[in-house]
Amino acid sequence: MAVPIDDYLRTQFMPHIWCPGCGHGIILGAVLRAIGRLDLPKDEVCIVSGIGCASRAPGYLDFNTVHTTHGRALAFATGIKIARPDLHVIVLTGDGDAAAIGGNHLIHAARRNVGLTTVMFNNSIYGMTNGQYSPMTPRGRYASTAPYGNVERNFDMCELVRAAGGNYVARATTAHARQLSNYVENAIQTPGFAFVEAVTQCPTYFGRRNKMGTPVDMIEWFRKNSINAAAAAKLDPADLDGKIIIGEFYRGDAPEYTEVYDEVIERAKEAAAR
Amino acid sequence: MTSAESPEVPVLVRQEWCKGCGICIAMCPKKVLEAAADGKVVLARPEDCIKCETCEIMCPDFAIRVVGGRSKEVARGREDVADARA
Ligand SMILES: Cc1ncc(C[n+]2csc(CCOP(=O)(O)OP(=O)(O)O)c2C)c(N)n1
Ligand code: SF4
Ligand code: SF4
Repeated sequence: MAVPIDDYLRTQFMPHIWCPGCGHGIILGAVLRAIGRLDLPKDEVCIVSGIGCASRAPGYLDFNTVHTTHGRALAFATGIKIARPDLHVIVLTGDGDAAAIGGNHLIHAARRNVGLTTVMFNNSIYGMTNGQYSPMTPRGRYASTAPYGNVERNFDMCELVRAAGGNYVARATTAHARQLSNYVENAIQTPGFAFVEAVTQCPTYFGRRNKMGTPVDMIEWFRKNSINAAAAAKLDPADLDGKIIIGEFYRGDAPEYTEVYDEVIERAKEAAAR
Repeated sequence: MTSAESPEVPVLVRQEWCKGCGICIAMCPKKVLEAAADGKVVLARPEDCIKCETCEIMCPDFAIRVVGGRSKEVARGREDVADARA
């Protein structure tokens, strides 16, 4: 660890608001360790979030930080990246924030291949508003708005971002915190749009509604029910039902948006000079 | 238990930030940690600590620190060990 994590925290605002055992803090630690290993100067990092428990993260962080409106973190982050392509812009977002209200921003940020790192804290629920189901809630799971079980299928966000054009796609859980941190490190180093799905426990709403036990039980559940992408590829898709597939799924090298944009600016300048 | 005065203490717990979730206690491969009466964490067997940093990495509240850390490789997180209990 190049930099102690306390250096990255606004310690005066700690302890944070997250419930005891909430996995959001584990993900945040993984992100901070990745930034520490890369030894990024604090002024060159900008953390952007939307609204939700996950989106409270930047409030505790001593970088440039922006806490925006629900679902719009990627829109703000795109603007920041275009204005300041030199910054490492990292979006911390929830599954509701990124996949529901912000779903369109997500697919278009990926399609444009904007040089952002997005970490989606996927607790399969709207934590902040007391446990409604989200587009990431698996079928059959319970939520305050699905008291008899969710009828909808969840998105596979990693496949969605890959199909939309992102340059880096990976998934891990809070049971794989080191792996998760390595993925975030790789994502930050990726030119173009990078997406890491971090599967996490909300013991207060998702856990209680689905009788998943303590935060430790939920982490153990993730560990037992996760399977590496390479191993998963050898199995029948039917055997993967209910499993969490983890790993790095895609690395691409499509041109990054702000670089392409700079070329347009150059062409426009040349045209104006003629 | 939380003081830095004693150099042989391998792990520091910030009691004001600890929420007593028990994650570090369960994940420690050497069972170094235990819950006190108030649910917060104390070091029960500091001499067994191998400084694997699992408690620190798994604590959602940034409340527990391994003093000095282990090796550079471990800190980099690239090592091929299980994240916590096997
Ligand atoms: C425009 C708008 N619609 C709805 C809300 C209410 N709201 C606040 S947070 C949230 C969902 C948060 O869920 P998620 O992004 O998964 O984060 P979590 O709280 O689970 O970490 C909703 C619907 C809002 N703040 N603004
Ligand atoms: S409600 Fe859920 S997501 Fe929000 S802080 Fe509590 S445990 Fe975490
Ligand atoms: S993991 Fe952190 S918050 Fe939870 S009991 Fe251990 S020190 Fe306290």
